[in-house]
Amino acid sequence: MSDLAFTYYPGCSQSGSAAEYGDSSEAVCRELGIDLVELTDWNCCGASSAHMTNDLLSVALPGRDLAAAKREGRDMLVVCAACYSRMKISQQRILSDEALARSVEDVVGEDPRFTGNIRHLLDVVVNDVGLADLKGRVKVGLDGFKAVPYYGCLLVRPPEVCFCDSVENPTELDRLLEAIGVKVRPWSFKTDCCGGSLALSRTDIVEKLVNKLFTRAEESGANCIVAACPMCVASLEMRQKPGTFSFKIPHQIPVLYFTELLALAMDLPDVEKWLKSHIIDAVPLLGTTSSIKT
Amino acid sequence: MIDTANRTLEAKLEGSTGEKVRHCYQCKKCSAGCPVAFAMDLLPHEVMKMVQYGQERRLLECSTIWLCSSCETCSTRCPNDIDIARVMDGLREMSLEAGLAAEREVRTFHRSFLNGIKLAGRTNESVLIGQYKALSHRLFDDLGLGAVMLLKGKIKLLPRMVKDRGSVRRIFKMTKKGS
Repeated sequence: MSDLAFTYYPGCSQSGSAAEYGDSSEAVCRELGIDLVELTDWNCCGASSAHMTNDLLSVALPGRDLAAAKREGRDMLVVCAACYSRMKISQQRILSDEALARSVEDVVGEDPRFTGNIRHLLDVVVNDVGLADLKGRVKVGLDGFKAVPYYGCLLVRPPEVCFCDSVENPTELDRLLEAIGVKVRPWSFKTDCCGGSLALSRTDIVEKLVNKLFTRAEESGANCIVAACPMCVASLEMRQKPGTFSFKIPHQIPVLYFTELLALAMDLPDVEKWLKSHIIDAVPLLGTTSSIKT
Repeated sequence: MIDTANRTLEAKLEGSTGEKVRHCYQCKKCSAGCPVAFAMDLLPHEVMKMVQYGQERRLLECSTIWLCSSCETCSTRCPNDIDIARVMDGLREMSLEAGLAAEREVRTFHRSFLNGIKLAGRTNESVLIGQYKALSHRLFDDLGLGAVMLLKGKIKLLPRMVKDRGSVRRIFKMTKKGS
């Protein structure tokens, strides 16, 4: 397993509002033997705000990180779906458009032509570690967790750069959750948008979008939503309670990171601390776990 | 009256985004699948048609280009391979340059977000939210939520920064429009 070594791009949210995602990702990687070396002096990818307002900036900000990754040589691992998307799209554009590559090189002051692979943690766990290996590591029974897998936008679109097996009906997260004993509920809203880039500015729109997601998740019989993106989790959690006033039916459905459930299944420490830091209380779900006799 | 195709805008957008809006034949799959369509003043297929007809001013002034969340559902479903979300990016940039941009709040958010990166090299939610609230004059929205986030440790008050902030400032300086 020691062949899994990556340059790690943590992304801003993972040391801020999504610290539980960063911490649980690192804990899971340690347990699975995935070596992470943090990218030297990395900067923010610019997220939606850069590509929505300034095209060259939106490639140059990730360009500085790609230049550092080129220096460091290893493949890159990313956990935030938005960072993953910006890194992959910028890399693809830099490598396929020499004029753009030169502009970025000029702006960054260094060669941004990083040719290594950029991988999302979900991809690495499902396809490199493998589900059979994962099954063998499960120590805690999670059949009290009835989850709908929520991929959102940036893990799956655009399909030319993303890793998922289907753009309309991806199954990586479904299969991973099944492998660790979670009851996966079927639903048709796996890849519907949460409105992340409008999270602070047009909360009215975001409330409508997340209300639809909660309603559908509840209809499918789920008691939690599982995601792999800090923007999705923030939108879903932040707009759930204030929305109580505008929703016809109030929702109270926890939203978890897949890495938190992985850590819980493998009986790693700190899971309760992470669950406590969620805006929607996820701790009661811990009462549904059981230990698996080996 | 709009009755003639006018290639000027379409050609400009092809130059900046590489997308060929002339390939649109109005199947409306983009509008049918758009999660934000309910809030838009022009539906995505109408934006495509108006690009073909060179309706530049109406497009640069519309709300739609700012409400598009870049989820790319339209881009993946377009039978003519037009990356519609990318066209929206191109229109937004033109709209800012022309000083015609609608949806002040959305723009203020993007500006606050990028200002934060310019200063620290990384995004710090506390700085972002503070700046956005000050610039948008919406200081008291979400106050209860802010308290919950602080209690849950979601808002870190010490900003985390890139060491070589000069190199980040340089990126902003060199990509600034008109330089």
